Amino acid sequence: MQFWRLFSRNRSAVMGMFILIAIFLMAISAPLFFPADPFSLAGQSMSPPGANGFLLGSDSLGRDVAAGIAHGAKTSLLIGLLATLVAVFVGVIMGALAGYYGGVIDNLLMRTTEMFQTIPSFLFAILLVAIMKPSIESIVIAIAVVSWPAVARLVRGEFLSLRNREFVQACHTLGMGDVRIMLGEILPNCLSPIIVIGSLMVATAILIESGLAFLGLGDPNIMSWGFQIGAGRTLLRSAWWVCTFPGIAILLTVLAINLVGEGLNDALNPRLRDRS
Amino acid sequence: MTRLLDIKDLHVGLPAGGQRKYAVEAANLHLNDNEILCVVGESGSGKSLTARAIMGLLPKPHVHIAKGSVTFQGEDLAAASEARLRDIRGSEISMIFQEPMTALNPVMTIGNQIDEVFRFHEKMPAQERRSRALKLLQDVQLPDPEQALGAYPHQLSGGQRQRAMIAMALALDPKILIADEPTTALDVTTQAQVLRLIKQMQESHGTGVVFITHDFGVVADIADRVAVMQNGLVVETGTTDEVLRRPTHPYTQALMAAVPSLIPRPPRPRAEERVLRVNALTKTYRSGGGLLGGKARVVHAAKQVTLDLTRGETLGIVGESGSGKSTVARCIVRLTDAEAGEILLGDTDLRPLGRAAMRPHRAKIQMVFQDPFASLNPRAKVGRIIAQGPEMYGASSAEARDKALELLKIVGLDDRAYDRFPHEFSGGQRQRIGIARALALEPQILVADEPVSALDVSIQAQILTLLDEIRDRMNLSMIFITHDLRVAAQVCDRIAVMQRGEVVEIGPTAELFANPQHSYTTELLAAVPGKGWFASETKPLTEAS
Repeated sequence: MQFWRLFSRNRSAVMGMFILIAIFLMAISAPLFFPADPFSLAGQSMSPPGANGFLLGSDSLGRDVAAGIAHGAKTSLLIGLLATLVAVFVGVIMGALAGYYGGVIDNLLMRTTEMFQTIPSFLFAILLVAIMKPSIESIVIAIAVVSWPAVARLVRGEFLSLRNREFVQACHTLGMGDVRIMLGEILPNCLSPIIVIGSLMVATAILIESGLAFLGLGDPNIMSWGFQIGAGRTLLRSAWWVCTFPGIAILLTVLAINLVGEGLNDALNPRLRDRS
Repeated sequence: MTRLLDIKDLHVGLPAGGQRKYAVEAANLHLNDNEILCVVGESGSGKSLTARAIMGLLPKPHVHIAKGSVTFQGEDLAAASEARLRDIRGSEISMIFQEPMTALNPVMTIGNQIDEVFRFHEKMPAQERRSRALKLLQDVQLPDPEQALGAYPHQLSGGQRQRAMIAMALALDPKILIADEPTTALDVTTQAQVLRLIKQMQESHGTGVVFITHDFGVVADIADRVAVMQNGLVVETGTTDEVLRRPTHPYTQALMAAVPSLIPRPPRPRAEERVLRVNALTKTYRSGGGLLGGKARVVHAAKQVTLDLTRGETLGIVGESGSGKSTVARCIVRLTDAEAGEILLGDTDLRPLGRAAMRPHRAKIQMVFQDPFASLNPRAKVGRIIAQGPEMYGASSAEARDKALELLKIVGLDDRAYDRFPHEFSGGQRQRIGIARALALEPQILVADEPVSALDVSIQAQILTLLDEIRDRMNLSMIFITHDLRVAAQVCDRIAVMQRGEVVEIGPTAELFANPQHSYTTELLAAVPGKGWFASETKPLTEAS
């Protein structure tokens, strides 16, 4: 396991991975520990942590904060992963076409990318969700739409530098088709940076989702960390726990993903391999 | 004669877990004033690290001097402080590198870079610094020294840049000059000029020069004494005469034997059947210009190139960089589109064919590339690299696999190579894989673009022999692009000499070498390093001494 050896050299990345695994386990075991609907009124409202059987307290309507965090983990991870997958998929296609063909196609696709990049991404996401009505699909689409340009630029750069390499030319002399060269020959050679940018993008996606939910643009039927913070916002001085614990959950998740992303970067980037 | 530098029992340690413990092991060398010591060896022999150890330029902390001393004028440089080394570098010992484009700062003018050397080491008024810089550039025979002072590195040619580097290195009249493959990146005629310049400067300043090279031809031209290195060990030292005429170590003997001879091999009968005719092929590159006007640069990479190739023949295309030899090769395999002319394969003109129409003809012309490290997909297994060609042309995967295994055997690799990745192989082995890939489609014509120029000389000989065997066995015709006339003499039946996009001379190898018609051919032949020493296969010079 050479990859693991390289990855584990970065201690904080390993720590990040353990945190991430813990959050993941929490997400899938949420129905086990908190079988009730996290929106249901579970007891006395505004209970501080530890009181009235609430581990992390309850909010103004008596909803269990701990249950919300456990169920919200699923939402955050799911939206983060889905949105990233869509963004990477679109970005890779756009970037690959632009980088491989160059010329007019490159110009056209890159100007389009720039158009997306000129709009501040969070505002753009708000706009999209507001137009499409808040739901899990619309949030995933909104996050993907604001995230793909970064992937497209990265992939374009990689394709530009790889398309003139001799091994690609060798494929041309064999008479290989363009699609096969792009997918079979060039793409495997730029997987490492794509994996790295993808992992970091999951963290951004979780942040955007939380932000949207905080503003009340989340899916109203699904518990999420951003929604919890939004609901507790007005009580910050009287019931600090309602905002604080979901906030810590977001912080830990995003931090863990960033650490893992950094670790992947160190492990997959051969130029950094020998730095100590 | 005073001794300038004394290297005793030098060990350069490598990071733990590498292939070997020391990059350089127990090296004993010395350098006198007014002499050129050539350190020769193949890649990985430790020659460059020896040079860097002298300068204190090892990539610390991974690579470091583990043991031994480097004594310069009574002072051990291996133990000297970084501040002291900075003082010595540039003023007492200076260095020139292989690639002047990367060794010079691209955003500073040549004049400023020379000026820097003066400013760091000595106090003198700006006026004097400038006049001394000018004098230096005159000394290294730059065509227009005034202009060169204000020029940026990219505005000079490769040879001019290397001259500027030499001027910089000699600015403070150092006692020792270390030259690490300073002519390897240069064309052969430029190389000859730069070698001459280094020799002249060394003689007029009485400098001691440590000259690192892999090329025995260069050694023969320039060295007073020679040290041969292999795998970190100095296996033989002696005067140039001793080492080149009476090499005692088997490795030195093997290296010398691997230097291709300049005497062309005996001519072979030429077949009648012409497999390829190239008529008046023209390719022009345009750059610059664009929206904001500006002057467009037009380069005639190929001008009215006419060639033909008969069955079983090897046609060499020789020339210096920018002569258009690679462009012609790329036009023939249709990696580049030529604007005019004909490329007749049998009776079909390939030049105007589109991608789809070209596809059935692709298999007939295949290419072997220069860089064995860039020409294989690092993420694909060797088996797939070779087998994918036949598979694309309809072979079943079992057939393609058998074909690939057979080809691996032909190019001298064993079956286990099939399931391994390219990075597990050495440069020479990778080039064999590249050749196997090209042969997988059973081409009629093999276009080899500098197939051995990235390889060590001993590996070079093996690959050339392999190409020869394959050509005979499969009755292939071959177009062989090279800048190295020694290599051309050994593999080509006929040679076309190209200069600035034009074929200036074409003819059978022996005739061309014995009686060159064009002045450029004569110039190229005269510039081949070590002509006098390695002129023939038998070594009559042994008697001559």
